[in-house]
Amino acid sequence: MFKGKDLLGLRDLSKDSIMEILDEARSMKKRIDNPALRDHTLNKSSIVTLFYENSTRTKTSFCLAGAYLGGIVQDLGVSTSSVSKGESLIDTGLNIDKMGVKFMIIRHQMTGAAAVLARNVRACVINAGDGTNEHPTQALLDMYTIYDYLGGFEGLKVVILGDISHSRVARSNAFGLIKLGARVTLAGPSTLISGSMRALGVEVTSDIKGAIADADVVMGLRVQFERQKNMPFPNTREYSTLYGINSDLLRYAKPDALVMHPGPVNRGVEFTSNVIDGKNSVINIQVKNGVAVRMAILKLLYEANPDL
Amino acid sequence: MKLLIKGGRVIDPANNRDEILDILVVDDKISKVDKSIDEEADKVINAQGKWVMPGLIDLHVHFREPGFERKETIRTGSRAAAMGGFTTVCCMPNTEPVCDNDIVVEFIKLKAERAGIVNVLPIGSISKGMKGEELSDIGRMSKAGICALSEDGKSVLNAGLMKNAMRYASMFKLPILDHCEDPSLTGKGQMNAGERAAFMGLAGISNDSEEVIVARDMILAQSTNTPIHLCHISTAGSVTLIRQAKERGVKVTAEATPHHFTLCDEDITDYDANYKMAPPLRSKSDREAIRQALSDGTIEVISTDHAPHHTDEKNCEFQLALNGIIGLETSFPLANTVLVEGGYLTPYQLVEKMSANPAKILGINKGNLSEGSVADITIADPNAEYVIDVEDMVSKAKNTPFGGMHVKGKILYTIVGGEMSVEDGKLMKR
Repeated sequence: MFKGKDLLGLRDLSKDSIMEILDEARSMKKRIDNPALRDHTLNKSSIVTLFYENSTRTKTSFCLAGAYLGGIVQDLGVSTSSVSKGESLIDTGLNIDKMGVKFMIIRHQMTGAAAVLARNVRACVINAGDGTNEHPTQALLDMYTIYDYLGGFEGLKVVILGDISHSRVARSNAFGLIKLGARVTLAGPSTLISGSMRALGVEVTSDIKGAIADADVVMGLRVQFERQKNMPFPNTREYSTLYGINSDLLRYAKPDALVMHPGPVNRGVEFTSNVIDGKNSVINIQVKNGVAVRMAILKLLYEANPDL
Repeated sequence: MKLLIKGGRVIDPANNRDEILDILVVDDKISKVDKSIDEEADKVINAQGKWVMPGLIDLHVHFREPGFERKETIRTGSRAAAMGGFTTVCCMPNTEPVCDNDIVVEFIKLKAERAGIVNVLPIGSISKGMKGEELSDIGRMSKAGICALSEDGKSVLNAGLMKNAMRYASMFKLPILDHCEDPSLTGKGQMNAGERAAFMGLAGISNDSEEVIVARDMILAQSTNTPIHLCHISTAGSVTLIRQAKERGVKVTAEATPHHFTLCDEDITDYDANYKMAPPLRSKSDREAIRQALSDGTIEVISTDHAPHHTDEKNCEFQLALNGIIGLETSFPLANTVLVEGGYLTPYQLVEKMSANPAKILGINKGNLSEGSVADITIADPNAEYVIDVEDMVSKAKNTPFGGMHVKGKILYTIVGGEMSVEDGKLMKR
């Protein structure tokens, strides 16, 4: 049974809890395209989104997931709120907490921000990405997509490529996929990846062909120019020459390998356009699955915390 | 006023003594140290089973005044020092304004005198405003009574300026207490680089950020033939560099903090900023190297780097939280528990590192129990066991990760110039 007040990351989530979310997401997915199936599971619970960083997919996806389950969704426009007057995260959280809110969904540029908020407020906190730490709902929707297409995780080779050191998506996927028995390889330029990542139980390499060989899943990551310092590589042209995935490189993977990306894509940098739009790509399906997974998480947290 | 301390284990490395002795204090001086002193006294302390030490000296505290009185003041910091058994503390210059001129030095001395709890010795900054561009008023500050120079919180990045400072300071026999950190290598790092940082998703600070400046400043100490004291050494690599430098005759001394010999990066689990400091808590093997270096004398001083912060500055996003923890009230029990009970130091060596050696580095007549010396004396019960309770602390700040830890060793008396600042474990001066 899914337990706990918050969803902060996959590092501390059990294998059973992850599978429970994925199974729940399967039944939720039906409701997305059929308004007749939308209901009042959340019984008008309030959901507030606090996005300290920009987002297209995650925020919209959470808002719709909440609405499809009968929640009341409110966005705290961070840039127009008292945050811009210097109010601290904890003070903002404590104020929102007093307004009868059941869920706070936070995205923040700093590692551990969701954890700090969670231990200071009564509401359930869902981490929608914190610094370079975790982005659990993205990893869960990635895992759901893999589960849907490939039927399981045991023995799968999943390769995650690119700007690993800044990627909370890579980290959450690594934590989750390894718990479910997949083999995870992280690959990228030596300045964007650290050998210490092996502590997560993953392979770490800068050899792109070796990494892709026989992969069941090829996941690209956006190069996060906004988080970089000290020039980890000379320029994007060199990056795409060495680490960009084109259809030639993709041949090293299994023929029906899934091509995934959490978005937003830098077209022509991480992937060439014919890979993004090619037959192996499930990038747009991932987005739909994101709504289902977030519905599942809201429902399970709601049921696990009847007293809040 | 006569005070007689009877039957304690007198540990006095400066006089090469460790035996059961009596000490007679008359007014502010130690009048007699002998086997059995029979004298009428106004007050007698039965010190049987206790350690009687020269008052502890801390080369490295931040009392935040002037400028950051909401964190700590000279008075509240002095209270914490007394409760920790310290009779003399040296306070770092990173205040607002920076202690870079004789006016601020006089202000600190005045505040310390008004508090009158322990000896507070101001440290002047190396460069004006700690900006690393030009020398502070070092000579005028020396006249006003600073005990040392430091840029603590950062390094003087311009090697030429640092070299000049070392040569200039030597004229006044002022030790330089050197914070070693290259900010271009620290980058956005929040904790020690390594598996734990990878696990936590926090940017790492590699050992080289400390070691490149350790190496640089020992080279400068050698070329200028002046002494250098390295603050809060945290890495195995620094220890190796210091050992090598000592072998070739560089006049280098070094200190370690209780948190670096007690904790390691694996203790960071929940983004609790009470584990955030500079330098960061390092790996287990670094910690072992620090303990060994204390044991073999490569590191000769234990300093607290007492760094008080307001609750708001710690209960926040880890990346926004300020560096440092308080340490005065936990230093002796941690050193006794981890280093003496742990078999790294004898009680004699502990007193060297917490009193005799710091006095030697400062070049002051303290850190000894010689007849005729000012009566700065600390008495501790090495066998008292208890659990550290943050609520019991008298520092204005509460930022410590040591709450709840089981320790052995309790300060009972802190005697400053013959007067009781702490008596029977209770603060006598406020």
